[in-house]
Amino acid sequence: MGFLTYLINGLSLGSVYAIIALGYTMVYGIAKMLNFAHGDVIMVGAYLVFMCMSNTGSPAIVSIVISIVCCTALGMIIEKIAYKPLRRATNLAVLITAIGVSYFLQNMALLIFGSNPVSFTSVIKWQGIALAGGQLKITGNAIITIITCLIIMFALMWFVKNTKPGQAMRAVSEDKDAAVLMGINVNATISLTFAIGSGLAAIAGALLCSSYPSLTPYTGSMPGIKAFTAAVFGGIGSIPGALIGGLLLGIIEILAKAYISSQLADAIVFAVLIIVLLVKPTGILGKQIKEKV
Amino acid sequence: MALLSVTNLGISFGGLRAVDGFNLTIEEGELYGLIGPNGAGKTTVFNMLTGIYKPTDGKIHLAGKDITGGHTAEINKAGIARTFQNIRLFGDQSVKDNVKIGLHNTFEYGTFTGVFRLPKYFSTEKEMDKKALEILAVFGLDEEADVLASNLPYGKQRQLEIARALATNPKLLLLDEPAAGMNPNETADLMNTIALIRKEFGVTILLIEHDMKLVSGICEKLTVLNFGRVLAAGETSAVLNDPEVIKAYLGE
Amino acid sequence: MKNLNKSTQKLITTILTIFVLYIVMQVMEQTGNLSSLMSGLLVPVCAYSLVAVGLNLCVGYLGELSLGHAGFMCVGAFTSAFFSKTFQGTIPDVPRFILALVIGTLAAALFGFLIAIPVLRLSGDYLAIVTLAFGEIIKNVINVLYIGMDGNGIHFSMKDMMSLGLEPGGTMLINGPQGITGTPRQSTFTIAVLLLILSLIITHNFVNSRTGRAVKAIRDNQIAAETVGLPITKYKLVAFTISAAIAGVGGVLYAHNINSLTATTNNFGYNMSIMILVYVVLGGIGNFSGSVVAAVVLTLLPELLRGLSNYRMLIYSIVLIALMLFNWAPGILKFREEHGLTGAAIIGKFKKNKEVQ
Repeated sequence: MGFLTYLINGLSLGSVYAIIALGYTMVYGIAKMLNFAHGDVIMVGAYLVFMCMSNTGSPAIVSIVISIVCCTALGMIIEKIAYKPLRRATNLAVLITAIGVSYFLQNMALLIFGSNPVSFTSVIKWQGIALAGGQLKITGNAIITIITCLIIMFALMWFVKNTKPGQAMRAVSEDKDAAVLMGINVNATISLTFAIGSGLAAIAGALLCSSYPSLTPYTGSMPGIKAFTAAVFGGIGSIPGALIGGLLLGIIEILAKAYISSQLADAIVFAVLIIVLLVKPTGILGKQIKEKV
Repeated sequence: MALLSVTNLGISFGGLRAVDGFNLTIEEGELYGLIGPNGAGKTTVFNMLTGIYKPTDGKIHLAGKDITGGHTAEINKAGIARTFQNIRLFGDQSVKDNVKIGLHNTFEYGTFTGVFRLPKYFSTEKEMDKKALEILAVFGLDEEADVLASNLPYGKQRQLEIARALATNPKLLLLDEPAAGMNPNETADLMNTIALIRKEFGVTILLIEHDMKLVSGICEKLTVLNFGRVLAAGETSAVLNDPEVIKAYLGE
Repeated sequence: MKNLNKSTQKLITTILTIFVLYIVMQVMEQTGNLSSLMSGLLVPVCAYSLVAVGLNLCVGYLGELSLGHAGFMCVGAFTSAFFSKTFQGTIPDVPRFILALVIGTLAAALFGFLIAIPVLRLSGDYLAIVTLAFGEIIKNVINVLYIGMDGNGIHFSMKDMMSLGLEPGGTMLINGPQGITGTPRQSTFTIAVLLLILSLIITHNFVNSRTGRAVKAIRDNQIAAETVGLPITKYKLVAFTISAAIAGVGGVLYAHNINSLTATTNNFGYNMSIMILVYVVLGGIGNFSGSVVAAVVLTLLPELLRGLSNYRMLIYSIVLIALMLFNWAPGILKFREEHGLTGAAIIGKFKKNKEVQ
């Protein structure tokens, strides 16, 4: 039963990674940039939910909606101010700017909330279910997290495939210049991508802190890095890839913690990533692009 | 013995048969043309000859040595150098350094010697400079030796690419559409240059070209490729008058 | 020749500037005009500069983004500190430090080489993420190393201190997350400056040598480089290994400047790798002197802003974003060009004024 419990915990953590990875993967697919600040948007989202719930006593769902709205706006503002002017500059310049934004968000949070961890109250009140005569307990957090992740994933896949803005997103990610010629508003599409990614980050923040309730200005950075890893793992640019990468990463991390060593869990996660990339250099679902000679 | 002999060469990309049953024999000192409509597989042949693509079947021999599917750098050392349809210079380095990179395997000293500037560094660099300037002089590029390669005008970039290829001291030089994008004057210059390098470097040349004036003007023999297969091969005038070839170029 | 002279001139200018700054700092320290905070930063600044120079070789000349250079710094730091601590009392100070320096550098080079073999098969962002992963693994593994020494020799464990079974009186050399304590503090400012200057000379010579040209050729156009007969993998390995080795030297300096050496996210994790990358990009990709300038300015900047207490890191981040936009945004570059605000134009004006006077 221990193994099953770990597996479910892994799936739950992996679901959070997957939601964050979506933000990375979509932005990378469309703007070809590593948005290092994405992890910090998660932290902002979590603080917003925390504030709404503890200061105004709003119900969890209202708090999350407020947080999603604010993070969506935040994502779009960041894109507008920091990334858009660098659209035609080298990738490295954008990367460093993203790092600057990441520092900015962390230090802003540090100023407002201080460095002491705040104790996050779970947004999920449900205690969960007990199976097999109480031997296998599945927490409400885990169930809701996994379900939310799956809903988001399928909704997004449907959105990208069947709606006009979604198709525009796919077109921009394939070929920005050709998309312009087809009359697609590339700026609006990129902005929309950031909006969706950041909105999802707010959800990820609430779910992450419901399971791991200690919230600091640095809460987002490690899960951010790991989710990015997950996105690469699954094949960056691919939505199902983010799901597979996120879930696998979560499961590996929890199982490594349980059976091998909790201190080495991160090292094991990264080692698996390296092995996967060496065997399949573009990730599990990534597409190989060869230079034409 | 032929310098280059290619027998039954073929390659497939997934289900697509890009080149099939390709044969080619080039004698030492020849100037050979490979022509054909767009998409016929000419550049693919070059890519296989230089090891960028691994052929699915067939054999390539250079001066009797089997080089089929060899590594690109090794094939260069064996004696094949090339230029590219879309120019590939080392744009962030000077014209002279581009040629010196071509001389890399001719003049040697180790990393340690270079980092700690041992005497051999200075003597070898001096020789390399001299040789590089000699080669550049053939192309009239010695004046621009210190210019960044990417700042050269288009025609000179093509010439520099040829100079760099020659610096590797090849037996066989492959030119992929050397006249592409050139005006008639530049093309005439290029024809002179090609004649000159045959004389100066004694190199055998295989070139891909669409400019029929250039092809009929300088190539001694031709092979025509159409849909990945050899349509005709032989003396230039005979091939160009072949009704099959005319049909492939002009349509029915 | 003109090209070469230009870069050599620049190297000489940089070395002279470093030397002058070194003298100024020494005088200020002797006369008691240097705050203890600033004097404590002298060696770390040199260490960061070294790692930045090493990373710039990788980013600027090999053309590959590494997010794991803190890992090589970490290897250099821990192997050298481990050596120094183990042989404290058995080998005299000076030869021990020289040996520690050699060992730290070689260890970092070895790790760089071993990691490069698989990593350099990838390219672009995939390479970046894999180097980041390797850096994190190195940091993580060091945190579970327990090594102790007693009368029976060296004991090793990856579990905890107890499982070493040390005799009473034995010493802990590496104590898991607590790292190495009591490393002899032998990194003086003079040694640091000398090593920095040496690294600048080595990198300059390297990129202007036969091997360096080959590395640049591979960066500019790998396919063309192969067709002129360059062994791609070999030169990529050489460049990456040297890059890692220089980062290792930075690590040795860093380790021998502090009492307690630990591997945390901030000093050897991706945060450090990223901070170094910021130096490289702001100082100019491929510009070694620029990396040193950026490392010095950006390390001192937060310290100079210390009066602003909590706001300093916030201001730092804003400055960073603003600098990136100012230097790289195509729109802003165009504006600067139209209004004569480019670096060359400003220097030109300055020179003119001088001539008039």
